[in-house]
Amino acid sequence: MSTRTLISPAQLARPRGKVLYWIAFAVVTIVFTLVFVGPLYWMVISGLKSPQEFARTPPTLIPDAVHPQNYADAWGVMDLARLLFNTLYYAFGALAFQLVFDVAAAYSLSKLRPVFGKAILGMMLLTLMIPATVLVVPQYLTVLDVPVVERNLINSPWAIWLPSVTNAFNIFLLKRFFDSIPRELLDAAAIDGASSMRTLRSVVLPLSRPILGVVSIFAVVAVWKDFLWPMLTLPDPGKQTVNVGIYSLAASVSENWLLAALAIASLPTLIIFLIFQRNIMSGLSAGSLKG
Amino acid sequence: MTSPPALSENKTRPSPRTDSRVRRPERDAFMAAFKRNLTAHAFLIGALLCFSIFSWYPMVREFILAFQKTENGETVWAGWSNLTYIFNDPAFWQAWRNTLLFTGLALLLGFAVPFAVALVLNEFRHGRGYLRLLVYLPVMLPPVASVLLFKYFYDPGYGLFNRILESVGLPGQAWLQDTDTAMISVVIAATWMNMGGATLIYLAALQSIPGELYEAAELDGAGILRRIWHVTIPQTRLILSLMLLLQIIATMQVFVEPFLLTGGAGPEGATLTVVHLIYQYAFTFNNYGSAAALGLVLLVLLAGFSAAYVRLSRAGSED
Repeated sequence: MSTRTLISPAQLARPRGKVLYWIAFAVVTIVFTLVFVGPLYWMVISGLKSPQEFARTPPTLIPDAVHPQNYADAWGVMDLARLLFNTLYYAFGALAFQLVFDVAAAYSLSKLRPVFGKAILGMMLLTLMIPATVLVVPQYLTVLDVPVVERNLINSPWAIWLPSVTNAFNIFLLKRFFDSIPRELLDAAAIDGASSMRTLRSVVLPLSRPILGVVSIFAVVAVWKDFLWPMLTLPDPGKQTVNVGIYSLAASVSENWLLAALAIASLPTLIIFLIFQRNIMSGLSAGSLKG
Repeated sequence: MTSPPALSENKTRPSPRTDSRVRRPERDAFMAAFKRNLTAHAFLIGALLCFSIFSWYPMVREFILAFQKTENGETVWAGWSNLTYIFNDPAFWQAWRNTLLFTGLALLLGFAVPFAVALVLNEFRHGRGYLRLLVYLPVMLPPVASVLLFKYFYDPGYGLFNRILESVGLPGQAWLQDTDTAMISVVIAATWMNMGGATLIYLAALQSIPGELYEAAELDGAGILRRIWHVTIPQTRLILSLMLLLQIIATMQVFVEPFLLTGGAGPEGATLTVVHLIYQYAFTFNNYGSAAALGLVLLVLLAGFSAAYVRLSRAGSED
């Protein structure tokens, strides 16, 4: 913990250093709290104000009268239960498809090593080189009329789930983790007569919990935060995600209701973050280089 | 436990059998390899199908679309006409000017601010967990929440930002409604929303700098700024350049922030970006050919940055 950084410990230990350190620390903590929590606080209390108080200048920091009813009204008028359920359904469906298909693919590429395995991995990684926004148009046209099966997936959850599997970065992270599992463990399982599936289930997956956690969190959060793709592929108001649904109703509801709705919509990912912050932070450094 | 797999035993075992049977182990080996490949491909099939339909096919289709057009319900080859069409569209040049301006401003703010924040946070011995949590908080919000919040703050009438400016005696701004300030307003919102990831990655990189280097620099009489310049920056150069490339690639594709803040184009097209123009071509005018052609131009430009990123990260993981 006491690793040497830019400023030397000796300098910090001097009285002047100590005073400066605590002043800097206090200023940074206050400013950061204002900058990053302030807007959230404003969102939550504005959702509690009456329309008259919301429009007042200067704005009140603590609402004179609290109207929790706004939250209930926003919930009912904007049909937030449906929007939240839809988003949850898409996010966890995408997670399930990614866990099954991407984990199986990474396991195959890492441990079963089929012919053309390297070429397939290369082709998958190539998709990371193509800007995602460039592919939106041809992907949209593909979803309108999926080749071979000739289905239109507009307004269907499949339009979210299946494209989410093409996450080359997740496959890369998983494969890199599987590569670090010693060959001997798998050979031992094979000698005991375990099939490839059994080896994956009983040896590889239990060892891979940390990376599976990271991949899962990012898979869910990615669907939760996505905007353009669900807006294009799920135009039916009954099928929309939280992001798109609130956006399309934003102009037609009163402001304190809208802010209450935004506060409700922010809650699920904030809870995920507060629970899994350790995994999320370690996942960020796993995704980047060792430095 | 470390015995080699059963397969290699077959090969090394001397065969006392007659000629006609010598072939069998070879055939067994072939069958085993065939079966192994069959299993391996069975594990791959789900991902392969998804990639084929939703990734590789659209990639090929992007190139085809760029050279096709649809007239009276019939799709015909268009040669270069989609490209000449977009080059002659004044919106094309405006979108590129705006996108480059956004990228420039976003790098100025979005690249420098997270590094400075990481430098400061790394010096603190207290409350690091709390401060890190704060910086990453906006990244976890649904974009519609953060963007609409900023829309309220930017409101020239009752917005919070003008309130703050007035309280310190500065004139209020029109923010998103003024062609001069619209883009910088979008950049500020985008930086607030997205800086958390970069900050945490820099923080991890700073923690891996050996303390002896700072000690040595201090003994040589280097002040804080020179220590940053001669120790911190060279030691984090790789991660800094990788993040710079990633940010260029990401910011050139900006769409959601201007779309939600100003409806995309903004006052007199002041926040019209390249990706928003692709969106307009495709989904407002149903002109998929021009959308694909513009996509191709963006792709070619970004391919250089992507290639540089791949080369740099390979070189980085080899040391």
